[in-house]
Amino acid sequence: MLGLSKKDTSLLIAVAVLVALAPVLLNPFPENSALAQFNAGYPDLMQRFVIFGIFAIGFNILFGLTGYLSFGHAAFLGAGSYAGVWMLKLLTINVIPAILISTVVAGLFAILIGYISLRRSGIYFSILTLAFAQMSFALAASVLTPITGGETGLQTALNDPRILDGVNDSGNIPAPNLFGLEMGDSLQVNVAGWLWTFNAGYYVAGIIMLIAFYVAIRIFRSPFGIMLRAIKSNQQRLNYTGLNTRPYMLACFVISGMYAGLAGGLMVAMDPLAGAERMQWTASGEVVLMTILGGVGTLIGPVLGAGLIKYFENIFSKINSNLLHKWFSFLPDGLEDFVVTIIYPFIGKGWHLTLGLMFMGVIIFLPGGLVELGQRISRSFSKNKNDAAEQKPAE
Amino acid sequence: MDQIILQILNGLDKGSAYALIALGLTLIFGTLGVVNFAHGALFMLGAFCAVTLSRILTISHTVIDETKKDFLGNPLKVEVPYVNDWFGEATGQAIIDWSVPLSILFAIPVMIAIGVIMERGLIKHFYKRPHADQILVTFGLAIVLQEIVKYYYGANQIPTPAPEAFIGSFDFGALIGMDPGSIIYPYWRIVYFCFAMVLIGAVFAFLQFTTFGMVVRAGMADRETVGLLGINIDRRFTVMFGIAAAVAGLAGVMYTPINPPNYHMGMDFLVISFVVVVVGGMGSLPGAILAGLVLGILESFASMRQVIEVLPGINQVVIYLAAIIILLTRPRGLMGRKGVMED
Amino acid sequence: MSKTTLTRRGVLKSGAVAGAGVALPTIFTASSAAAYMNEPTGSSVTLGFNVPQTGPYADEGADELRAYMLAVEHLNGEGDGGMMNTFSSKALTGNGILGKKVEYVTGDTQTKPDAARASARSMIEKDGAIMITGGSSSGVAVAVQALCQEAGVVFMAGLTHSNDTTGKDKKANGFRHFFNSYMTGAALAPILANEYGKDRKAYHLTADYNWGYTTEEAVRTSTEAMGWETVAAVKTPLATTDFSSFIAPVLNSGADVLVLNHYGGNMVNSLTSAVQFGLRAAEANGKQFQVVVPLYSRLMAQGAGKNVAGIYGTTNWHWSLENVAGSRYVGTNAFVQSFGAKYGFPPSQAAHTTYCQTLLYADACQRAGTFNPCGVQEALADFEFDGLGNGPTLYRGSDHQCFKDALVVRGKENPDSQFDLLETVDITPREALTYDPAIFGGELGTCNPGA
Repeated sequence: MLGLSKKDTSLLIAVAVLVALAPVLLNPFPENSALAQFNAGYPDLMQRFVIFGIFAIGFNILFGLTGYLSFGHAAFLGAGSYAGVWMLKLLTINVIPAILISTVVAGLFAILIGYISLRRSGIYFSILTLAFAQMSFALAASVLTPITGGETGLQTALNDPRILDGVNDSGNIPAPNLFGLEMGDSLQVNVAGWLWTFNAGYYVAGIIMLIAFYVAIRIFRSPFGIMLRAIKSNQQRLNYTGLNTRPYMLACFVISGMYAGLAGGLMVAMDPLAGAERMQWTASGEVVLMTILGGVGTLIGPVLGAGLIKYFENIFSKINSNLLHKWFSFLPDGLEDFVVTIIYPFIGKGWHLTLGLMFMGVIIFLPGGLVELGQRISRSFSKNKNDAAEQKPAE
Repeated sequence: MDQIILQILNGLDKGSAYALIALGLTLIFGTLGVVNFAHGALFMLGAFCAVTLSRILTISHTVIDETKKDFLGNPLKVEVPYVNDWFGEATGQAIIDWSVPLSILFAIPVMIAIGVIMERGLIKHFYKRPHADQILVTFGLAIVLQEIVKYYYGANQIPTPAPEAFIGSFDFGALIGMDPGSIIYPYWRIVYFCFAMVLIGAVFAFLQFTTFGMVVRAGMADRETVGLLGINIDRRFTVMFGIAAAVAGLAGVMYTPINPPNYHMGMDFLVISFVVVVVGGMGSLPGAILAGLVLGILESFASMRQVIEVLPGINQVVIYLAAIIILLTRPRGLMGRKGVMED
Repeated sequence: MSKTTLTRRGVLKSGAVAGAGVALPTIFTASSAAAYMNEPTGSSVTLGFNVPQTGPYADEGADELRAYMLAVEHLNGEGDGGMMNTFSSKALTGNGILGKKVEYVTGDTQTKPDAARASARSMIEKDGAIMITGGSSSGVAVAVQALCQEAGVVFMAGLTHSNDTTGKDKKANGFRHFFNSYMTGAALAPILANEYGKDRKAYHLTADYNWGYTTEEAVRTSTEAMGWETVAAVKTPLATTDFSSFIAPVLNSGADVLVLNHYGGNMVNSLTSAVQFGLRAAEANGKQFQVVVPLYSRLMAQGAGKNVAGIYGTTNWHWSLENVAGSRYVGTNAFVQSFGAKYGFPPSQAAHTTYCQTLLYADACQRAGTFNPCGVQEALADFEFDGLGNGPTLYRGSDHQCFKDALVVRGKENPDSQFDLLETVDITPREALTYDPAIFGGELGTCNPGA
């Protein structure tokens, strides 16, 4: 289907189903239950899942296929975000131009940085991209304040021109929308205690992520993708055969940058603010971590990694001692306090600690990232079935 | 002229901090081939060795002072350190006053131990793994170390002043024959620079003039052959890791009077120290020192008002700009060797 | 669906019909069933406390959170009541807000606008928070305030000192109790002129971001009006940790006062460097060299240690205020007692302002008889109150800024304890700090109830 192999088609369909049903699947606990704190099915976080998924997919096209570790990918996310907000301010509050232009601007930016950085490989390439991103961040946060809004970030304002839109006299800044469908609009369905929120913005972002995912599969399977893998395994040999790898690398770098820009554009389409810290090295590092955590070079891994990190950031940081006491109130008093004291350092303001431990745990026990976990589970499930098959005589 | 000398001093001072961190990082990163994102955290742990020692020295019992009131209107409890009781007030205060220099003695064994435990317990298993895995695991470790420190010491900065004798500044200009008052420079920053130079010299001497150092250098150049000669190079690399940790830790100890430490200080230096290592050239110890000092001086010059007025924002990007220019003109950094970490 | 205009209502309604056909669930949408966003329907109401829990301001955030929890206790009728007993408005009875028990959720702003908005959005979307409050930086305050305006909930700013929060970027749904850069300048300049003379030359180091700019501007304008001269103003990157290259040239620049428009870690490091370079001991232009820190906080003073001794600055409030300046500042001791008894140390100014904001919000809802942001706005606009520790205070309707006395403080030479670091030098009456809201531009817009 769509030029995909059977395995890839089923992967795409599986992802599509997961995206479509996420509002239900991510809210496994009834609204009023004690565990509702762990529900992730609210619009903001679901949007972040798919947007950072796009970012990580794009990063993985570069890192997973060619092995070039860019430590400055956040620059493209930031450039896309700024371009997107400017479109929302100047042109129209409709999100289509914002998303398109942010992708294009990030692509242009990637051509510039890629052209220079790709003159070097290995750690030298990483440092070059890092240097460019840090320069972008530093300038965006200070000297470029008129364009970027500085540390506060660039926002839409009441008196923006928005030349394609009519006169706005509501006294409120219009919300980003898709031909009238506001990104913040949601349909809430309450079934027997479960509350599901189907959000317009999430589905817009989700559909775009599916397209991005599809394109990524096609790139992975294309001759172009194979060429990139060849660069990863032995660039020198390719050069000796008389092949110039630079155009391929640059194309790959630019595609990857455009994914980041697309993610940036979607971010501002969901929430029209672009902050400079989106370009900082910590943001670049985050996408590296997402990809490694999920599984480098796998199709679905980066999306899983992105989801896990964002889940920790948004869910674990919100648990406080008050909630802990509620959860463990069934225990006798002394024991309750004891349990809460034990857990307390790992949640709320300690969520970084849990994140750090998780990074270490995953990489120590699952060298291939989360994808390896999935493979191990599926292997252990199918083990009984395959036992007979595996006992084939050795060849 | 005096402004230029002043900024060179500042640059050397800043640069010596970069150089010390980069030196340890090069020992690990350029020779063992491990991308150690936890190196900044080692610098931070060193600084907190100083904080810890000063806390230990000021362990106190409380005496109630009826003449004063605390914020709730109760009689004020005055803390009296035990060292005051044991050695008398004057000696006790002097010991507390000198807690930062004393911390050097405290930090060396602690940091070597931390380094060795880290290498044996964790890093050892990652020598053969891809750099990506090393990044993730050491970054995770850095976060964990930071959070543990934050849990016990809070997120706020903790003042850790230098001994009274080194507080304040002196007339450096008069010393080198310029007009009095033209170059005023703080004592402790000079101390820091000298300390860094001595430490760097000691590490080089160790590598250059001891058999141990010779074997390590041989191992850096060709690990396999050294192993074939029946030398246990792994053990020596463990010790090297310990030394690298101690260098980072001592850099942190001595840095505390310059800026009060907080749990986050390591991350602030992490990126810059990677840039320094790469600009200096992978695997080159002199390169790391040179790059550290050069970038420190460049940063100081770019922060001059006269420069910012001409090129706004240059102070924020100069290090990265320099890194880009150097890497484009000298593919392996200032003093790099061919073939180290290029794939 | 004969009409193809895809209006907001239309989509929602058709969605509702489609949903109803499937499982007969009870359906409501944010924009149709409720009168306003997150209208509390049960027996409780949820407030969102969005404070920095990681990053350099984590300790300040922790102190804000302590004050919030104390305020919730008092609103629900637990504890000793704190400043509720001294507050001039007696609408609150210790029975929650409008009879509903106050509950809260917490989040981490990380002192980054992006993360702060994500956290606030999750409170609004997931936890049904009706009001968001907190924060320890102006960038975060402005970003979250704009979000609350869009979402249709109330934002009660925490510690934010930039003029922009209630100036250029003011919003109808946002309110600030804390003072601002303009007030700092107006309060500080006369004292400085008095202490250091009118013939001074100032050198400004300014953190390169929104708050730094407005503070530099305010202090410059008001000191220049006193006759001071500004020799230079240099911007320092926010990420700077070693300020030596900015501090070193100051002594030979012809200036005799250094103004550090820095906050938090920036201020601790720049002040430490300034003292290292001997500025406090130096003489310039035949006068003793001086250092000024426009905005003080106790946590900064703790971080800088002995270096703050004798250095002037301003604060919004200080726990010793009532003891020092008398019963005009009633409420201070009640709050300090309540806070100190629970946590064992006195509250910071960040804790004070967040406690006040919570009480003011609750009181406004109570008086308005609704949680509707438009009702709250009406109740808070030009609201004159007293007894919250700052003396008589006005919540101005035209920009949602509080007007009250400001404190000029000085670092103590010999502090009694680690909390007793600042002494109040002077208190500037609120009349001297009042300004015309038009000078900062910006549009308040209209209140947005989100439905």
